[in-house]
Amino acid sequence: MPLIENGRIGEDAWSFVPDGEPVPNDRPVIISFERWQAERDRFDGRNAKLGVRLKGGTLAGAIAADLDRFALVAVEFPKFRDGRGFSTARELRERYGYTGEIRAVGHVIPDQYLFLVRTGFTSVEAPEGTNPESWANALTEITVAFQPSLDDTAPLSLLRRKLGVG
Amino acid sequence: MNHIAPGARAGIYHYDEIDRRFVAERVEQFRKQVDRRLSGELTEEEFKPIRLMNGLYLQLHAYMLRIAVPYGVMSATQLRKLSEIGRVYDKGYGHFTTRQNLQYNWIKLEDTPAILNALAEVDMHALQTSGNCVRNVTTDPFVGAAKDEVVDGRVYAEILRQWTTMHPEFTYLPRKFKIAISGAASDRAAVRIHDVGLLARRNDQGEAGFSFYVGGGLGRSPFVGKLVRDWVAEEDFLAYLEAILRVYNQYGRRDNIYKARIKILVHELGLETFTAEVEEEFARLRGPKYRLDKGIVEGIRHHFAPPPFEELPDHSEALERAKASDPAFANWLAVNVAEHKAPGYAIATISLKPAGGIPGDATCDQMDLVADLAERYSFGELRVTHVQNLVLAHVKKDELYDLWKQLDAAELGSANAGLIGDIIACPGLDYCALANARSIPLAQAISARFADPVRQRTIGELGIKISGCINACGHHHVGAIGILGVDKKGTEYYQITVGGDATLTTAIGDILGPSVTETEAVDAIEAIVDVYLANRSDEGERFVDTLRRVGHAPFKERIYAAD
Repeated sequence: MPLIENGRIGEDAWSFVPDGEPVPNDRPVIISFERWQAERDRFDGRNAKLGVRLKGGTLAGAIAADLDRFALVAVEFPKFRDGRGFSTARELRERYGYTGEIRAVGHVIPDQYLFLVRTGFTSVEAPEGTNPESWANALTEITVAFQPSLDDTAPLSLLRRKLGVG
Repeated sequence: MNHIAPGARAGIYHYDEIDRRFVAERVEQFRKQVDRRLSGELTEEEFKPIRLMNGLYLQLHAYMLRIAVPYGVMSATQLRKLSEIGRVYDKGYGHFTTRQNLQYNWIKLEDTPAILNALAEVDMHALQTSGNCVRNVTTDPFVGAAKDEVVDGRVYAEILRQWTTMHPEFTYLPRKFKIAISGAASDRAAVRIHDVGLLARRNDQGEAGFSFYVGGGLGRSPFVGKLVRDWVAEEDFLAYLEAILRVYNQYGRRDNIYKARIKILVHELGLETFTAEVEEEFARLRGPKYRLDKGIVEGIRHHFAPPPFEELPDHSEALERAKASDPAFANWLAVNVAEHKAPGYAIATISLKPAGGIPGDATCDQMDLVADLAERYSFGELRVTHVQNLVLAHVKKDELYDLWKQLDAAELGSANAGLIGDIIACPGLDYCALANARSIPLAQAISARFADPVRQRTIGELGIKISGCINACGHHHVGAIGILGVDKKGTEYYQITVGGDATLTTAIGDILGPSVTETEAVDAIEAIVDVYLANRSDEGERFVDTLRRVGHAPFKERIYAAD
């Protein structure tokens, strides 16, 4: 599936390994949160990068204690209308200080891309056949924001400011 | 785009270039989204929430477009534009809603980009008037004018308007989210029936702060908002809301649309657990990033500086003479006019409830007239109330009689604010796809039955609220008399509740007995009124107080005696 990063289709260095299938040791892989819980000891001493995929109902707190083990957290949107993932990403960043990649997976649409970026996501797994133009456009079509977002350190005195992105 | 400047003195938030640019970008974004839907890039399922967040609903017969009137306050220039749009794109009408907004009920999808452009000319839009986001914030229609005001709710409502606009985290909530603010001794914003109700107060040092009520709401499971925190300082205002919304966004139910509002979360978690979750988030959010800067507040307050009131004696000879000479005016004055904080001024409610009329409807001619009158008598500004009336907030007492004569000539002079003729009704089965029964014809029949202004005043304060279905858009739960449309094997029936209250003493009404037909409903309302008049201890005892004292029995007996 196409990976969207910085408004463009990018190379995906990661692959998801379904539960039950062998986990390669020589390249970055994403495993499910459930598998992590069941088999965590097996990943001790692993050198290649590891990522974890959270289902929509799994909130940031569930993985907080183990975040230093993961270079990537994939947050699943079961339906694009289910906005829990926006809070999950923000909690990962703001509450738990996570600095690795946060990837949106599942059902998301380009119309949500700006919100994803502003809540701390770094990449999006888009559906096959997606229109790359819509993703690029999503980051530039609205240039005004009214609230502090994730990488802002400035206080709310910036209500109604122009966005820096794009 | 032609930009039409609003009157400089109107107490509205005046857009700057950044605000204007934002609205223009949103209009263009929606135009592209419509194109992507038409090309099939967006599915209907994906397009629907996008359409809703732009205020566009699909009703029974046509699209409905709901225009945002931030906290119900607008300029005469803006009202004139709404009238123009109604004339060109609707059938010469607009409908003012319980959300202090305006709806057009007969819109064509292909006209919407042009309408949004026309709105942008006067710094208006239809954003976040629908969808599972934070909706247009509402407040006291007498804000900035009422004698009993402690804190100007417009300032904080505007801060919320900005903060909630395209909030990246809270635009795909489990369900819609409504916030109301009241800053006066009496609650005219029904704060405790909102997802978050804010009572703005002052502490001993004169600083503004807020009591937070959470989890109020009507619909099929009505709840009265519960006090989650008694005092949140101004600087923590947004941090506390952010904490509430984050808890809701993470834990609110998404499996069942009827259980997705925050009221159900508060109910299921229990007030204590819910509050603990919010407080935990709040403790962490509190800090420089989310601190509401004093400078910001003052900058926004500047937009709502009092208009240039003349120094007038509080007593008006002209008013006294008019009152003595014209009993119809004297009646309107007693019922529709409230005290203003500036001497010699008054607050006038323009009733959109003529006898036999459709609650909240205004013709475009009426809108033009009100815009003219607002310019002539009230600094070019007006308000929409949550009971579907309009308000001119700053009228000289000397000029009230002139104002009323012009209103009355246009069927806008009904003296029924807060009385039995001041009915709230949802669009009902005449427009709405969800409704079980029609609301409007019943409202018309009741208001015709009680047309006599003297009789209305004799009856006194008695709000009737009608909803065409359990979603309760007509607020029937909190009507002194509430009427709910139900469907019984394809026939429209009406269930009557009594004892509801939308003020700070918020109460959900109780069902009086079996539902009745439309004709029976009008008779039943009259019977309830007769029983009340026969039982009240004196003229000062309000309907709800008599009801509390004598109970349901005498009312039931009269209505259901034949059964």
